[in-house]
Amino acid sequence: MTALAALIRRDIKIALRVGGGALIGVLFFLTVTVLMPFAIGPDLPLLTRLGPAILWLGALLASLLTLDRLFTADHEDGSLDLIVMGRTPLELACAAKALAHWLAAGLPLIVATPVLGLMLNLDATATSAVALTLLAGTPALTFTGMIGAALAVTLHRGGLLLAVLVLPLSIPVLIFGVAASQAAITGPLAFGTPFSILCALSLVSFVVGPVAAAASLRHGLD
Amino acid sequence: MTLIDLANPTKFLSLTARMLPWLAGATAILLLVGFYQAAMAPDDYQQGATVKIMFVHVPNAWLAMFVWGVMTLAALGTLVWRHPLADVAAKAAAPIGAAFTFLALVTGSLWGRPMWGTYWEWDARLTSVLILFLMYLGLMALWRAVDDPSRAARAAAILTLVGALNLPIIKFSVDWWNTLHQPASVMRIGGPSLDRAFLIPLLVMAIGFTLLFVTLHLAAMRNEILRRRVRSLQMMQASQQAA
Repeated sequence: MTALAALIRRDIKIALRVGGGALIGVLFFLTVTVLMPFAIGPDLPLLTRLGPAILWLGALLASLLTLDRLFTADHEDGSLDLIVMGRTPLELACAAKALAHWLAAGLPLIVATPVLGLMLNLDATATSAVALTLLAGTPALTFTGMIGAALAVTLHRGGLLLAVLVLPLSIPVLIFGVAASQAAITGPLAFGTPFSILCALSLVSFVVGPVAAAASLRHGLD
Repeated sequence: MTLIDLANPTKFLSLTARMLPWLAGATAILLLVGFYQAAMAPDDYQQGATVKIMFVHVPNAWLAMFVWGVMTLAALGTLVWRHPLADVAAKAAAPIGAAFTFLALVTGSLWGRPMWGTYWEWDARLTSVLILFLMYLGLMALWRAVDDPSRAARAAAILTLVGALNLPIIKFSVDWWNTLHQPASVMRIGGPSLDRAFLIPLLVMAIGFTLLFVTLHLAAMRNEILRRRVRSLQMMQASQQAA
């Protein structure tokens, strides 16, 4: 347990310090969201309608952008080999790394959501609905994305391949995240149904993500 | 003859060389009979002649999922049993599966235009089949991204197993969500709801398309084995010249 806590603390520290790049995700999120009104036009009612979708897309792309860092830095300096060979089960170590990554890169996105919601003319209910769905959904993005990150690091191919592998897996999260936010804002469907499915997706990814990532690290690294 | 005997690629090649003409012949006969029966099938009282798209659309959609199932078994073969031909099977199946998925999407879209009034509708089954298609393409990209085949095989196997979670979602999407796409009418509890006049040609076509897949898959596996042999011969020649 102390090993996992130490791993989480170490990863968060690295992510938040100079060269860590966790906050670049938030900056990217901000930039993408600001780009949208330029593309769509500053029509406030339209932005209100599209707001949840814009925020979700921005968060999805921002979390994809930072995923690359989940394993590559550790692979380059050799600490990934130590984690793989260590006595802590690799599945738990992967889960700890993903949790640390989410705390450093995913949570700031949710903190930034109210500010961006204000810029997209969302009211308080809509903003809190989007923030709540992001809170429930972004862990699923991180934990499924971890599979792609593990595959990419073992193949020494990051970037585009990672995006191609991870994006199809994240479509269900996007669908139910936006559906839940829209249901909370405009109705007529209940908020609970898509939100429960979103939570279920996150829970499934907590199991599948670490196991698949650990398997690919074990089989792939040599 | 067990599965482990096939682990020898030379045995596999000689066995499939004998099987392939028969398989191809059976496929051709079944597809010809199927197309003839489909052409002779009566028009639907509601859909008219467009119901005949079903005879191509449904087998393709079945195979789109079936091929991923085959790749899932091959992925288990790669990761669990380390069967030497499992990764060849997985690699050869991916483009064929992508083609069947693409055909299912295209024929479905052409059928949807006269029946639903739209080529594309973002409903659960269409979307999940589209995701399946994207995953096939991602898998092919993964195979092409790495030059060492055994390394690519293990990575692709893990991605295949994760993607297999999508299969039940596709199968049951029409039952779980209230969608535009009709619910299952052949493989369902209480027997098929389809009339015999449509059911028999559909089954013939389904078996024909499945045999088509088996034929194409075995041929593609042979090509892949031969391609690897050519590659290793080239490498040997290059190292001899260098020495």
